[in-house]
Amino acid sequence: MSTTGIASPVSKGRPGGGGTSPGDPRGKGTRALRWLPIAPATLLLLLFLAGPIAYCVYIAFTDMQLTGQASASFVGFDNFERAFGDAKFINAVVLTLIFTLISSILGQNTLGLTLAALMARASKTVRSVTGAVVISAWVLPEIVAGFLLYTFFNKEGTLNAVLGFLNLPSQNWLYTLPIVAVSFANVWRGTAFSMLVYSAALSEIPKEVTESAEVDGAGAWQRLWHITLPMIRRSIGTNLMLNTLQTLSVFGLIWAMTRGGPGGRSETLPIFMYDQAFNKSLIGYGTAVALLLLVVGALFSVVYLRLMREEV
Amino acid sequence: MTAIHDSVPGTSGSRNPSAATGRRPSPGRRLSRPVRQRLAADVGLLVIVASFVLPLLWLLFASVDKQPGMTVNPPSSLTTDNFSAVLTDEITFTPMLNSLLLCGGATLMTVTAAALAAYPLSRYRARFARPYLLTILFTTCLPITAVMVPVYGLFVQTNLIDTMHGTSFFLATSQLPFAIWLMKNFMDGVPVALEEAAWTDGASWLQALVRVILPLMGPGFAVVTVYSFIMMWGNFFVPFMLLISPEQLPASVSIFTFFGNFGSIAYGELAAFSILYSTPVLLLYILISKRLGGGFTLGGAVKG
Repeated sequence: MSTTGIASPVSKGRPGGGGTSPGDPRGKGTRALRWLPIAPATLLLLLFLAGPIAYCVYIAFTDMQLTGQASASFVGFDNFERAFGDAKFINAVVLTLIFTLISSILGQNTLGLTLAALMARASKTVRSVTGAVVISAWVLPEIVAGFLLYTFFNKEGTLNAVLGFLNLPSQNWLYTLPIVAVSFANVWRGTAFSMLVYSAALSEIPKEVTESAEVDGAGAWQRLWHITLPMIRRSIGTNLMLNTLQTLSVFGLIWAMTRGGPGGRSETLPIFMYDQAFNKSLIGYGTAVALLLLVVGALFSVVYLRLMREEV
Repeated sequence: MTAIHDSVPGTSGSRNPSAATGRRPSPGRRLSRPVRQRLAADVGLLVIVASFVLPLLWLLFASVDKQPGMTVNPPSSLTTDNFSAVLTDEITFTPMLNSLLLCGGATLMTVTAAALAAYPLSRYRARFARPYLLTILFTTCLPITAVMVPVYGLFVQTNLIDTMHGTSFFLATSQLPFAIWLMKNFMDGVPVALEEAAWTDGASWLQALVRVILPLMGPGFAVVTVYSFIMMWGNFFVPFMLLISPEQLPASVSIFTFFGNFGSIAYGELAAFSILYSTPVLLLYILISKRLGGGFTLGGAVKG
């Protein structure tokens, strides 16, 4: 096949003479064979990822149920029409938006940037302690984080104890504001990623740039707004996309804390999807919701790809 | 460089080109500002860290407390009863072993497939390489949660449901796109010249990959392996959906079945088990972050 070109060296240190070296095994065999190593990965991706996605598209247009597999028939857009007329679905969409806004865009992103900026100025000890604590929260398994934050936000939990100590009114957070509780839980768990992304981005800003701005009399906020933020704007874009995509698929954390309750008041789309497909046995309907989630995810991914275009 | 940085007060109106060469004004000013800045940053960080550390402290305290409640409290009396209560086959050993088999097998698959795929993607040029990589990157971002319902349906039809190998195949695939992406980027950093020496000695591409490239991207390879393993170890939804028999459940799901009924939880035991279950991934993370001199950030790998 003519699509495979001559092996292109990646290193800059390649010796002068062009062409392949005498012992280069890449010269042997057909060019197509060189690409054989991508076969296992491609096969896995086709079987276990592309397959399910295609199947997802198919079931979303049927009335498949958990009990009567044989009776599944094509129902066109019924599942989608049903979704948009379903108050519980609309509720899940709204809750997913709130969850994403609070936990990803406002919480993880802003807190991650704040942490990274402070860490760049803090003393070494405090910096290491911060890194260790915030990253531990991130590395902990999802379900453990769920349990920890369940106890933290519980009526008899630590948060209320702290509020009581400060003479502030306490609340039964998981009952009165479940969606806020799970959002903060997701901030607790996910901020480390943003912190790492922004630490890397901030360390790449040349010192001379901020210094000369300071020389020109720019204050701290002006420097942040006119220098720092514009210089890390690609990292901000990347980080927002990845945070949002991660947040869209959070299941275990919410499941461990509230199971979507009480009364569906923390039931985001993944929980709703699971509930419809398995508790209500409506696989077709649940999959239609999954497909919508997938499409939203795909749209975000496309934006992300555009941001990353120069990297590939 | 901090000396230069602070040698010029922020209020100074005129731009001074000689500042960059290190002109030093009065030493008093030079010291006070960085110190003040650092103190402010330290205090700010400690306030944020306090809110992050409270739930973690609860975990530590509750695990050694005889009568733990849900509030952070230093244990009234120390005990190891909670640990000995959960260190049984049923609660700890079997689920942990299942986790190890499930995630170990899947990590092996992911890393092997990713290393093989990354090699031609990093070394050769082809028209389809770029679209292929873009597709991989695209897949990295897809919410895997959303495909779990159809995966469940497919697994039921192909009799893969409730099997360890089926589940680890899916776990492996779910981490594969990111593993390929990371692996390819790390591999790009290994100069081709070193491989050529191996070819001259008659090594095949596979030998060159295993003996030259992978060792040379050492930390990179470790990062991909450990990161994949950590992600799988903590994964709840995939085994929750695809495994049913209690004796096959990994720790992420068994913790839920044992402690999930909030009514009558033994919090001390839950905390003890959580610590046992979390320790391997915390240690692994420390391992890779140390190996990369503490400067390791996945952020570097995904930065825009």
